[in-house]
Amino acid sequence: MDATVIKGFVAIFLSAILTENYVLNKFLGICPFLGVSKKLNTAMGMSIAVTLVMVIATAVTWPLYMYVLVPNDLGYLQTIVFILVIAAIVQFLEIAIKKYMPPLYNSLGIYLPLITTNCAVLGVTMLVLDKGAADPTFGFSQSLVNAFGSGIGFLVAMVLFAGVRERLEKCDIPHFLKGMPITLIAASIVSVSFLGFSGLVDGLL
Amino acid sequence: MTIQNDTKKKSGLWKEFTKGIIKENPVLRLMLGCCAFLAVTTSASNAIGMGLATMFVLVGSNAVISLLRNVISDKIRIPAFITVIASFVTIVQLFIKAYSPDLDKALGVFLPLIVVNCIILGRAEAFASKNKVIPSIIDGLGMGIGFTAALLLMGIIRELLGAGTVFGLPLLSNFMPPVVIFLLPPGGFFVFGILVAVAGRLSKEKKAPDAMGCAYCPLSSSCTQLREIEEREGK
Repeated sequence: MDATVIKGFVAIFLSAILTENYVLNKFLGICPFLGVSKKLNTAMGMSIAVTLVMVIATAVTWPLYMYVLVPNDLGYLQTIVFILVIAAIVQFLEIAIKKYMPPLYNSLGIYLPLITTNCAVLGVTMLVLDKGAADPTFGFSQSLVNAFGSGIGFLVAMVLFAGVRERLEKCDIPHFLKGMPITLIAASIVSVSFLGFSGLVDGLL
Repeated sequence: MTIQNDTKKKSGLWKEFTKGIIKENPVLRLMLGCCAFLAVTTSASNAIGMGLATMFVLVGSNAVISLLRNVISDKIRIPAFITVIASFVTIVQLFIKAYSPDLDKALGVFLPLIVVNCIILGRAEAFASKNKVIPSIIDGLGMGIGFTAALLLMGIIRELLGAGTVFGLPLLSNFMPPVVIFLLPPGGFFVFGILVAVAGRLSKEKKAPDAMGCAYCPLSSSCTQLREIEEREGK
C-alpha cells in the first residue's frame, strides 16, 4: 500500500468524524442523540453498538449492492433490501453475542434492538455508495473506513453531548424552555463548534 | 338513535384526523421524525416535498397494515411492517426521480430514509395494527398533514431568515441581509428548539415535552429498560 492510499484513509476517517459528523452536520441518528445521551455510560454503550453495526452492515450491503443488485438491474430495490438486511444483521448479532460473549451482551445487548431503525446505520450504507458513484477510487475498503469513522463521529457527538446534558440538569432554566427545547438549543451550540472544523481535512491533503 | 350513532362516529373520525395536526403533532409534540425534519427544512419547497412524500407513505402503509392486521403474526410484525413501509418508500422514490429530479437531488438520502422515520413505524404499531382501514387512513392523513405543516413552518422560517426568500421569492432582501447560519445545522437545531418551546407553551399542559415521544415508538420497551438502568445508576 503506498502513501497516498494511506493518506486517503486518514482523510476519510477524520472527515467522517469532524467535518461530516453524522449527528451534528448531517442530522442522522438524531433520535438516540436526543433520547439516549443523558448519561455518559449509556451514551458510550449505544455508540459502540452503533459503530459495530455500521461497519458490519456496510461490509454486507456494499458487496450485495455491487455484485448482486447492480448486475441484475435491481438497483431500485436498494431501500427495501438494505433495511431488511440490516434488521437481520442486528437480530443475528444479538443472538450470536448472547451465545458466545455473554459479558459483552450484558453491556451492549440492550442497545441492539434500538439500532434497527436508526437512520444513521441505513444512512451510512447508502451514502458510501453515493460517494463511490461520485469518485471511482472510493471502493470497498474506503467505504469500511468511512463507516468506522462515522461510528466514531457518532460516539464523539454522543459523549460530548452527554457531558453537556449532565451539566444542564443542574442549571436553572426558564420554565418555557425546560425539557426538549433547551436540549435542542444546547445541541445547536455544540453543532456551532463543529462548524469550526470545516475545511480542516482539505488542508491535510 | 342511529343519527346519534352516526354523529358520534363522525366526530370520532374527525378527532382521529385533527389530533395529529395539533394536539399530538408528531414532530413538535411527540418529537418523532426529527432527522428528516432538521435536514430538509433549508427551504420551504423542499420541506413541502418531504412532507407530501412522507404523508403518502404514511397513508399507504397505514392502509395496507390495517388490512393485514389479522394476517401478520405478532412475533414478526416489525419486519413485516418495515417491508410494507419500504415498498411504499420505493414507489415514492421512483415517482420523485421521474417527475422532479431537482427535489430528488435536494432531499438526497433522506428520501429513502423515510423508511426509518419513527412516525410511520410508530403509527403502524400504535394505530394501524389495531384499527380498521378507514380510521387508519384518516389517522395517517392527520399525522401526515401535521408533519407537513410543521415542516413547512420550519422551512419558511429558516429560508426567510437564512436566505431572505420564501419559496424562492425575495421578501426580506430590502430590510436585512440574510443570516446564513439559519441554513446551517446549528440554525436548524435552534429554530427547532424555539418551535418546540412555542408549541409546548400553546398546548394544554403549557410545557414542552421532557423527552422523546416514547409512547408511540415501537421500540419503547428497550428504551424504557435503558431509562431504568440510567435511574439505577443515578442513585
